[in-house]
Amino acid sequence: MRISVTVNGERVEADCWEGESLLFALREKLGFFGSKNACEQGECGSCSVLLDGTLVCSCLVLAAQADGHEVTTVEGLADGEDLHPVQQAFVDAGAVQCGFCTPGLVVATADLLRRNPRPNDDEIREALSGNLCRCTGYAKIFDAVRMAAGME
Amino acid sequence: MTQTVQRLKLGKIGELVPRRDAPPKVQGEFAYASDLSAPGMLWGHTLRSPHAHAKILSIDTSAALTMPGVHAVLTHADVPGTKLYGLEFADQPVLAIDRVLYFGEPVAVVAAEHPEQARRAAESIVVEYEALDAVADMERALDGPDLHPEKPTHGHGYLDDPRPNVVRHIVIRHGDADAAGDVSISGYYEIGIQDQAFLGPESGLSVPDGEGGVDIYVATQWLHVDRAQVAPCLGLPEESVRIHLGGVGGAFGGREDLSIQIHSAMLALHTNRPVKMVYNREESFTGHVHRHPARIWCEHRATREGRLVNVRMRILLDGGAYASSSTAVASNAASFACGPYEVPNALIESTAVYTNNPPCGAMRGFGAVQTCFAAEAQMDKLAAELDIDPVELRLLNALAPGDVLPTGQPITGSLPIAELIREAAALEPPPAEELPRDPIRLPGGAGNTTNGEGVRRGVGFAIGFKNIGYSEGFDDYTAARVRLFADGSAEVDCAAAEVGQGVTGVMLQVARTELGTEDVRLAPSQTATVDSAGSASASRLTMMVSGAVRDACRAALAERDLHPGEDVDVERIYRHPRTTPLDPETGQITGDRAHVAFAACAMKVVVEVDVDLGLTRVVWIGAAQDVGKAVNPQQVEGQIEGGTAQGLGLALMEEIQTRDGRITNASFTDYLIPTALDMPPVDSVIIEDPDPNTPYGVKGVGEPPTVVSTAAIVAALRAATGRELTRVPVKPDDICL
Repeated sequence: MRISVTVNGERVEADCWEGESLLFALREKLGFFGSKNACEQGECGSCSVLLDGTLVCSCLVLAAQADGHEVTTVEGLADGEDLHPVQQAFVDAGAVQCGFCTPGLVVATADLLRRNPRPNDDEIREALSGNLCRCTGYAKIFDAVRMAAGME
Repeated sequence: MTQTVQRLKLGKIGELVPRRDAPPKVQGEFAYASDLSAPGMLWGHTLRSPHAHAKILSIDTSAALTMPGVHAVLTHADVPGTKLYGLEFADQPVLAIDRVLYFGEPVAVVAAEHPEQARRAAESIVVEYEALDAVADMERALDGPDLHPEKPTHGHGYLDDPRPNVVRHIVIRHGDADAAGDVSISGYYEIGIQDQAFLGPESGLSVPDGEGGVDIYVATQWLHVDRAQVAPCLGLPEESVRIHLGGVGGAFGGREDLSIQIHSAMLALHTNRPVKMVYNREESFTGHVHRHPARIWCEHRATREGRLVNVRMRILLDGGAYASSSTAVASNAASFACGPYEVPNALIESTAVYTNNPPCGAMRGFGAVQTCFAAEAQMDKLAAELDIDPVELRLLNALAPGDVLPTGQPITGSLPIAELIREAAALEPPPAEELPRDPIRLPGGAGNTTNGEGVRRGVGFAIGFKNIGYSEGFDDYTAARVRLFADGSAEVDCAAAEVGQGVTGVMLQVARTELGTEDVRLAPSQTATVDSAGSASASRLTMMVSGAVRDACRAALAERDLHPGEDVDVERIYRHPRTTPLDPETGQITGDRAHVAFAACAMKVVVEVDVDLGLTRVVWIGAAQDVGKAVNPQQVEGQIEGGTAQGLGLALMEEIQTRDGRITNASFTDYLIPTALDMPPVDSVIIEDPDPNTPYGVKGVGEPPTVVSTAAIVAALRAATGRELTRVPVKPDDICL
């Protein structure tokens, strides 16, 4: 089937098999490799994107379900050459090691700070508990969230 | 498949500098191995054994070959070269031949136009098995049947143990193994099987070069050892197999053995098309080796004043179906069994066995994690028996430079054990939090169903150490090539694998320090242009690339002085001070040293346990780590925090469950790793005591926090519950009072 999705403000189309996830379509059909495929069952958050402004695991959304909708991926956050404040904070805080979880965490953090511009530590931990990171132990990710919120 | 050489600017050694790969990673622009593609690319898929132990009677691929989109279905008969491979011993078939020895063993591979077509074609391959009883218990493995009667690890200078299924048996006899003390403490400990659970699953892309050779872009830890294994199996000379580092989503030891390399290359050469393979999470659990589960019997004898007199330990490690690095893990477990203490007499036996369980090999901590858990529990039991403060007992026995290890090796470099113990013990945890409180800060978090009436607090302490770099006579080296150009810029070419640990930053910092210029580029890591860097393991790369890049930079500058105005291109190899094997009969050193350097970490932990519910909350962790010289303090902290988290996982939640050798929890739904809600704040103190035996005095920093944190967390759980807690991961039942 042919789907039409607005990705990062641009309308794109792709031929998809009905069983394909939005994650697969984004990566393999549309060339948006930023969203990562770490568990493909909604446990790790590495494929987090915004679907019509709602944070979702794109591995749990069928490509067909996104037909006619708007998707924002990690590639859509920066403003031209300027990193999104959350992206800059992840760089500055040392929150990136292997980086495989990073796109999902950046999207989830941007979503958190849009909903709650000054989250406390418990709110940060709760909001990011659906995004697994195996390298950092999360400490520098929390630093990055506070930095992006202007709290550090 | 050209990759652009990245140009960037970084600081010198010791400065806090942002990672050069962070900007592309936060934007989703960094190319991981699973992000690669090429025109005409096919997708590969692996058919795996549903049995832990079985004979293969027949394999029928005819139906699969007729499936839509399928271009190749290959079995052992299609392996062009040698049929067996292995990291250290070639005991593992590329594709199963007439038997399978573990659940998930590769049997056939398929290439198709869509990954789902490849999966469905693999399902339609008909394999007729005759199931056999699985050797699923590591103790009973010694009774047979012998899974590897050809004894692939015999004849390599180890004690050639004739018992069935022994991969390696090592005995360390030190002093008088019968020496008696005033008190004796015995204990038995078990460690479950842990998964590296790197976030980026095994993946890569093989591209045929049209002349019979192949380029393999893969997430790996050691490019040249991959090539050394892949080329003979493909029946190709090494120069026809070029391995390139694809972006790596974490490793932690789990990418030291091969995964997709030979399979994807076979499919690519067979179809003459690029072939990409990406494991999903379930497959990843069977697609790499794990941390050895262990059973450890200990007896510690000491004087009434608390001085250790004699440590006797028997360590049994389940290596699973194939050897991988089990021989070295068994040796490491023995070498570090006693912990960083001065032990005048010891008898340490360590045995790794073959079973039909999942193959085990390298994981962060490499044998020292298991023994640290046992030895530190014993130290706490001894402290309780003697009514001595556990920290004081450790200080009383702390190893120091000049002291001798149970292998007879004197400590010649830096090893500030007493300082680490004092620094970690002096860290002040936050005050106990009162009830009632937000449930998210109760054990079990928001899932807690009480108001915390059953919450008890406990404080634990532990210290662990291990070796830095390869040991026991291994020719451990790293090559680096440096080019200086007339425009003043420089390029560093080194095959060291950036797996997330930040080694690319180390190379740039060293080059800037030596060359005095910011204008340094890094060439992409690959096998074709430079000699081996060795593995991204054993906490060795920071030390090794520091030496190699330093030496190559200095040689390049000298060369430029001889030929001013000309481009310069030099390659240098760095070897750390030579080690020698342990005596196969006594486990004693046969030269100056079996290990080149050591690093340690001490940890203090506060936990809360809801003893009504069996739920745990780690409240706070304080760590003091010996790093030699911190090349980049921010990255060192990140290693301490991340390494601590993996030890927390082993302490509280991580274990691969098996039934008769078959994995039953191969998903992140059933195999839990720590989340943002599980990790406490980690206060870390970085102790710099430069090592005279390493370049710039640096030590690796990745493993020590993982070695110790499991032991320290369980010590705190014991303090909170009064339970003995001799097995990790600790389960709710164990701490429900």
